[in-house]
Amino acid sequence: MGSVTATVAPPTDSNVTRWFRTFGAMVLSGFRRHATYRQAAVAGVVTNTVFGFLRCYIFLAVVGAAGTVAGYDRAQLATFVWAGQGLLAVILLWGWTDLADRIRTGEIASDLLRPVHPVTSYLATDLGRAGFASLSRLLPPVLIGPLLFDVYLPRRWATVPLFALSVLVAVVLCFGCRFLVNATAYWLQDVRGAMILWTLSSGVLAGLYFPLRFLPEWFQLALWYATPFPSLLQTPLDVLVERDPAPAQFGLVGLQVAWAVLILAACRLVQRRAERRLVVQGG
Amino acid sequence: MAERLAAYRALLGAQARSQTAYRTSFVVDLVGNVGATVFDVVTVLVLFGVTRELGGFTLREALVIVGISSFAFATADLLVGNIERLPRYVRTGLFDAVLVRPLGALPQLLLMDLPLRKVSRALFGLAVLVVAVTSAGIDWTPGRLALVLVAPVAAVVFFGAVFVTTATVSFYWIDSGELANSVTYGGRDFTSYPITVYGGWFRAVFAYGMGFAFVSYHPALALLGRADPLGLPAWVGWTAPGVALVAAAVAAVSWRVGVRHYRSTGS
Repeated sequence: MGSVTATVAPPTDSNVTRWFRTFGAMVLSGFRRHATYRQAAVAGVVTNTVFGFLRCYIFLAVVGAAGTVAGYDRAQLATFVWAGQGLLAVILLWGWTDLADRIRTGEIASDLLRPVHPVTSYLATDLGRAGFASLSRLLPPVLIGPLLFDVYLPRRWATVPLFALSVLVAVVLCFGCRFLVNATAYWLQDVRGAMILWTLSSGVLAGLYFPLRFLPEWFQLALWYATPFPSLLQTPLDVLVERDPAPAQFGLVGLQVAWAVLILAACRLVQRRAERRLVVQGG
Repeated sequence: MAERLAAYRALLGAQARSQTAYRTSFVVDLVGNVGATVFDVVTVLVLFGVTRELGGFTLREALVIVGISSFAFATADLLVGNIERLPRYVRTGLFDAVLVRPLGALPQLLLMDLPLRKVSRALFGLAVLVVAVTSAGIDWTPGRLALVLVAPVAAVVFFGAVFVTTATVSFYWIDSGELANSVTYGGRDFTSYPITVYGGWFRAVFAYGMGFAFVSYHPALALLGRADPLGLPAWVGWTAPGVALVAAAVAAVSWRVGVRHYRSTGS
């Protein structure tokens, strides 16, 4: 009997390729995981559609006879509402406590053993989730809205690619914000307070309840520059309905990118500080 | 009967003690819960910041509608809203434990989880309602005085009935959580504005198909002494308690049918 030796062939490709391959696999697994909850997706689409009707009618009543309000005409507001209802599920403003739950139960310990940084691996899974959501949750309201309301279609060639980029950045940014909110669990046992604060401020300050352009100008500027909230929902929607001239649109997306970089860096920093003091409870 | 009441009171007392045990958490919850209702009202104010009237109603008139709706929804949510957790009880088998006890299943479920933190929302809703009806320039008559007391109560009953009816869907379709939201929270948003704002079959379904027009819109018209732009006579506002009772009856029947249909998940 000859001896059996198990060897792994030395990798022939570069580190970068392998990193992308791992990242891609995690994105795919996030996509597949969410693709299994089909009933929940249907229920979610129905709910988003009902709220699309409610908000659309209310904003159209605000426009009233005047024809325009805060720089939007009727069709632009209709697009704003219906695309917003879809984007809500793509960026996933609410309802993510995976990280906080794992910290509370101590399962986070097994995440730390993995060769991929926790921020990276959670981001990859979230991108997969967002990918499935853009098929199952963004598409239906965007298709239903135009059947019943006059919507605004983009007129400049740059808008559609810029909108796609803006949504991608919003997904990353929103993930970063949720990660930070969840990460408070490293210090506080009960994240409910942080979660309530996040839910309240993100709903109203991201532009979901009403377009932020309805607010006084100085307040808008303060929101955009001092908080990441408008970059989550308001910016992609403003880009889509071409609310501003093209250069201003690029500026808004640039600001969005800056916020995303800043928040992701904050996530890594918080994670490093947390790992230093983390004591996993239990057996 | 007395024994039963004592048992229910014991359940409620246990809830109060357990929920207030962690003081800071409880205070954070109290403050946080008011936020949601505050922002509903802020939204209406912001909308009126960019327009003079909404669906033919001024801010003062619209606030009466918002006041009834937000008080009624917050109160119903406090008393009955936790029935939303029914899907989880069904899934985990906790509902079986509830059924074997010699008390009513519905009151037990509600008292087992009465979210005391939501008291703050109901109080804020009440404050909005009081400010709205005192500043709207209502021409008070004995009838309107009676209506201003009865209509909010009827609206609470109506929303409570909506919570229970939509929750019973989970006896048939376990994963239906968000579906109920479209009627409960959708109903809250619908009743926060004059129904003239909405159009077409959507308004017909929500306002008269499901009865949401009788929660705040018609009672507010009767209080304000305004003619309905949609043409219904003013006395329709006084039928709100009747509509609420019908809704409660529908809820009771669907709960009974649902419980009978219930088969344990076996866990």
